[in-house]
Amino acid sequence: MAKLILSVDGTVLREVPLTKERITVGRKPHNDIPVDNLAVSGEHAAIITILNDSFIEDLNSTNGTLVNGKPIKKHFLQHNDVIEIGKHKLKYFNDAPAAAASADFEKTMIIRKPSAAPAPAPAPAAAPAAPAATPAAASPVDTQSQRPTAPPPAAAPAAPAAAPTAGGREGAIQVLSGAAAGRTLDLTKNLTTIGKPGTQVAVITRRPTGYFITHVEGASFPTLNGAPLGPQAHQLNDHDLIEIAGVKMEFFYKP
Amino acid sequence: MALAQALQIVSKTDPGRVRSHNEDCVESRPELGVVVLADGMGGYNAGEVASGMATSLIAEGLSNEWRIKELGKLDRSQTMALCERVVKAQIAKANSAIFDAAQKDPQCAGMGTTLVVCVFYDNYMAVAHIGDSRLYRMRGDVLEQVTRDHSLLQEQIDSGLISKEDARLSHNKNLVTKALGIDPEVEPEFHIYESQPSDVYLLCSDGLNDMIEDEEIQMTLIALRSNLDLTAQQLIQSANDNGGRDNVSVIMVKVLSSFAVERGWLARLKSLFS
Repeated sequence: MAKLILSVDGTVLREVPLTKERITVGRKPHNDIPVDNLAVSGEHAAIITILNDSFIEDLNSTNGTLVNGKPIKKHFLQHNDVIEIGKHKLKYFNDAPAAAASADFEKTMIIRKPSAAPAPAPAPAAAPAAPAATPAAASPVDTQSQRPTAPPPAAAPAAPAAAPTAGGREGAIQVLSGAAAGRTLDLTKNLTTIGKPGTQVAVITRRPTGYFITHVEGASFPTLNGAPLGPQAHQLNDHDLIEIAGVKMEFFYKP
Repeated sequence: MALAQALQIVSKTDPGRVRSHNEDCVESRPELGVVVLADGMGGYNAGEVASGMATSLIAEGLSNEWRIKELGKLDRSQTMALCERVVKAQIAKANSAIFDAAQKDPQCAGMGTTLVVCVFYDNYMAVAHIGDSRLYRMRGDVLEQVTRDHSLLQEQIDSGLISKEDARLSHNKNLVTKALGIDPEVEPEFHIYESQPSDVYLLCSDGLNDMIEDEEIQMTLIALRSNLDLTAQQLIQSANDNGGRDNVSVIMVKVLSSFAVERGWLARLKSLFS
């Protein structure tokens, strides 16, 4: 259950569990969280809670609402966010992720609308939006023409920041023979393909447990320390020798 | 060209790293150009029952009712209209069967499943879906999400409550607004798209797209495009490396060549002798 802790100058005033769908903060006494201070507008902000998520919305207050020091109009609250209204602070706690221990957490569930009753607020907007937006998501006709510039693959490797790293150690390969001899290639992406497309290609994958090499295409397999790879993935060890499409290279962990 | 030769289909399913059961189910009928993926939900083993019923009933139903040998008499738009009718009828049948089974067996009460069904015919691809299992299409180097989830989160995105970027942080990812077998009737979303040679279609359960970003899916499809089997394997491995908190299933369909249907008197004559 998410909650807010109201404090001023480091003194905790009260704890507010977010049990209602809408909770208001303001100077006037009818607010769920009344804050009697002239810097606070009569109706200052509202916190909307939908199941496990909460959002704060500034209700056009005179002095504004800050979240983590930044002024916001509307904000999707995250665990430990600090809301500032005048000198008052509201800290947001949502330990739903900690409750993940319970087996049922994250299991897909159906959320049912009361069939006859009016649908919840987000639904009406969604219904008309759906047919209009679908063709945009993937147009029935060729979309190539509308997208003359496909994002180059080089743009893609923006691997998620939280991408698993190979035990924290960065690997690289150095080319030992052929025209590119001497060149080093850092294996910073989760997937790096090496070889010659159409002839022989292998992929080096970066996983939490290390780096692995797998054959992708080509009639014959690349070799690892002189032995053909076969169709399986092989873990790479420091100073392993790879030969692919006639080029020798060495895998190593960077110091 | 015959569908089985024009399409390369690879399907894989994995329980993931956390769950002991696999409640996902995949089925394909290459000779018909039909693929079905379902992600079941419900207590005990009910999720598996629901997704298993959905995939087998729909694949089997389409084998019986989507008789591609007899479609030559119809023009292309007529086959599209027929496709919609047949697919929707099979989904309705599966829905009733799952709903009835859930009513009869208390262990199965409340079970349901998401669904994505694709039918490839005459250079088009028909897709019907319910819930948050997805269809993506890779054309050239561009990956697009073809289906829109029937989920609370998607509704929140549509209504502007939450931005697409923030959606990843939501705690309400697991709530679907539609499922097969939950109510006596269900209305699937159905669309038909033109297909092109070298398109790659990816059907997946949320165990894939909750664990890895679309950018990583795209990168994997580009890097390993010459090896479809390895691509599917790599996607599942990435989902598991990122936590594997849910069952993860993928069906990949690569269009190797045009699968246009020959029409006219010559085709009819040929069909007489085949």
